[in-house]
Amino acid sequence: MTTAAPTAFQRFFDSDLWFGFRTSPVAIGAASVALVLIVGALFAPWLAPHQPFDLATLSLMDSLLPPVWVGEGRFEYFLGTDDQGRDVLSTILYGSRISLLVGLASVALAMVLGVGLGLLSGYVGGRLDAFIMRVADVQLSFPAILIALLIDGSARALLPRDAHSDWLAIGVLVGSIGLANWVQYARTVRGSTLVEQSKEYVQAARVIGVKPWRIMMRHVLPNVLGPVLVIGTINVAQAIITEATLSFLGVGVPPTSPSLGTMINNGNNFLYSGEWWLVVFPGLALVLLCMSVNLLGDWLRDALNPKLR
Amino acid sequence: MMHKKQSMLRKGALAFALTIALTGVAGAKTFRIADQGDALSMDPHSLNESLQLSFTGNIYEPLVARDKQLKLVPGLATKWQQLNPTTWRFDLRKGVQFHDGTPFTADDVVFTFGRAAGDGSDMKSYTNTISAVKKIDSHTIEIVTLAPFPILPDVISLVYIMSKKWAEENKAERPVDKRKGVENAASFKANGTGPFRLRSRDPGVRTVLVRNLNYWDKVETNVEEVVFTPIGNDATRVAALISGEIDMMQPVPVQDVARLSQNTNLNIMQGPELRTIFLGMDQARDELLFSSVKGKNPFKDKRVRQAFYQSIDVEAIKSRIMRGAATPTALMVAPGIKGFDLALNKRMPYDVEAAKKLLADAGYGSGFELKMNCPNDRYVNDGEICQAVAGMLARIGVKVTLEAETKGTYFPKILSRNTSFYLLGWTPGTYDSHNPLNALMATPGASGQGQFNLGSYSNAKLDELTAKIASETDDAKRNAMISEAFKIHHDDVGHLPLHQQALAWGMRKNVSLVQLPDNFNQFKWVTVK
Repeated sequence: MTTAAPTAFQRFFDSDLWFGFRTSPVAIGAASVALVLIVGALFAPWLAPHQPFDLATLSLMDSLLPPVWVGEGRFEYFLGTDDQGRDVLSTILYGSRISLLVGLASVALAMVLGVGLGLLSGYVGGRLDAFIMRVADVQLSFPAILIALLIDGSARALLPRDAHSDWLAIGVLVGSIGLANWVQYARTVRGSTLVEQSKEYVQAARVIGVKPWRIMMRHVLPNVLGPVLVIGTINVAQAIITEATLSFLGVGVPPTSPSLGTMINNGNNFLYSGEWWLVVFPGLALVLLCMSVNLLGDWLRDALNPKLR
Repeated sequence: MMHKKQSMLRKGALAFALTIALTGVAGAKTFRIADQGDALSMDPHSLNESLQLSFTGNIYEPLVARDKQLKLVPGLATKWQQLNPTTWRFDLRKGVQFHDGTPFTADDVVFTFGRAAGDGSDMKSYTNTISAVKKIDSHTIEIVTLAPFPILPDVISLVYIMSKKWAEENKAERPVDKRKGVENAASFKANGTGPFRLRSRDPGVRTVLVRNLNYWDKVETNVEEVVFTPIGNDATRVAALISGEIDMMQPVPVQDVARLSQNTNLNIMQGPELRTIFLGMDQARDELLFSSVKGKNPFKDKRVRQAFYQSIDVEAIKSRIMRGAATPTALMVAPGIKGFDLALNKRMPYDVEAAKKLLADAGYGSGFELKMNCPNDRYVNDGEICQAVAGMLARIGVKVTLEAETKGTYFPKILSRNTSFYLLGWTPGTYDSHNPLNALMATPGASGQGQFNLGSYSNAKLDELTAKIASETDDAKRNAMISEAFKIHHDDVGHLPLHQQALAWGMRKNVSLVQLPDNFNQFKWVTVK
């Protein structure tokens, strides 16, 4: 019992992956930035100086204050306030939560869907394969944001009128971004499955009468997961940007609980009147978040690629 | 060789100069304008909204029109007189043609009034006092009212005349009704008598008008073509104006007024608007459609309405959200509307503690949840106002879920009364207090009174006064009754009036036009140098 945990850790610290990470300054830098942002988002209720989603604490009289180092800026609102009197720093922390939640959840959805369909398609083959791949082809010919907009719009129209809450809005967002992004996973997994299933271990399993379902899940799946993880990491950043775009276009989360995209959209209206902090800081947070996750994804791709070692 | 080349050059230069001179003389000017939202339909009877009526008012015309001072002037009627207290005779203008060449006659007027009063029309609050429209001969009609109605000519100045023949040929006899999803050709095509005709219509994207060269009147404009583009995003709209992509836009975002006024290429035209922004509450249903309170309707209790009223800090909204470009109001009409009473324009104080107490007295000490509907591209900073109100209500324990959306989905929703709590703005189309009393405050009825009383506020005494005001001819008595009705509405807290917004139009220096205080833009008065 007590020896099991150290061994697992030991194995990890001895692995090539950890060594590769330790010796790559870019990976360490990106991981630290991502960690800071993620921790900030996760612990927002304890870290943030204000509660921007609690409308009762907002005061219009504190609206549009500049950051602390400019003119009438106040220390309690370090990065200034927006037009509703929300503290920009706190809103970024809370808003990143929504962005991260939507990013991770929609990638998880796309991954489950894409891996499942890809496995099925590659393993079963024939008409089912042709059908799934044609659907994927059709979907690939549209930009993901258009598909997300379409799904989002129809979901909102179909849902009952009084079903309206923040969580539902987030659910719809996750669903539409997830459904718009499954194709990549499905294609990758289908390709790897086709390769794997002609290998001896799969044929051996077939010969001894293992059920197809079990072969897919126990034997093929673990061997095709590597590239999927890489795509997943890179897609998190993409999903966060898609959410920001949808919110920027005004179909995302409700205005009373802004995500990073909503904040940038709102700040955009004040670009000409000089309130630059409304768009610069959330924009910076979005760039840092996406860039660090992307760099980590890039590094992971290289680290898992035996040809590059 | 050399000589030839030079002469060719000279010819080229001459041709070039000539072209410039010619276009200069011909002056085929295009006027490009932008608004924060689109006119939702080209059907002049489908939505009683300023932008739609302002825009279609360049294509269609009423019997009685208004001049630059909003005074009544002959439109498609050349003369009108009251034959007896309830009968009016209108002489129609002869020799007028619709854009398709059909001559304009009394049949078109009779048809139009039937259409505007009929099923699906949003103009019923202008026609509900009329009992019959009779054709006397091809260019004379009589309008009979239910009771004496001295302001009839004012009231019909927004009822635009359509061609009977065209409507029948295009199966557009009934108005477009977005609430029920009824669409027809009148939304995308138009055939009026006005100074401009509709060339193309791409909803939400671009609408193009061209001059009607057969127009019956001389007009001062030199504009041959008007291109209208809705640009919802404030910053994009401002950028389009600065870069010269458009010649005029409205509204100028309040935060940008100061900055843009300093731009030497631009002219920012500001003025008071007759529009009152207010909040409405569903006071009819026994249970609100969108609330955590079940089995009863909190808005039926006046204390709850008053608590909402006193929890809203209109001064903060004015100074922070509107940057001073608003006048807080206690009345549902603006100064400048006939019947406005300065003595009554005193708001109940902003008092959070009093509001909390009222709410507790009404049995909602721990607050409740409620959905609020709001447009985000109709009025100046409408979405922001709603967010601020949601924040202020949170302080007395009312948790508001805000649904802010574009007016294309917002209006059909609230006009079908699918709302518990909503924001609306109102400019009396007749510049008279009878209009808001009849359209916003009277108990909703079948003939069209209370058509925009979307929360169904109801007070029998106010209804009675509204009917009397309609037929009263003595100004002093009439004003006294209007004040009495407004006082009743104020004491009942029938609606929550917020403010009158200010107009802010931005245009390039070479544009001159007339800014009407009802936010109408008549292209026939536009000149582009």
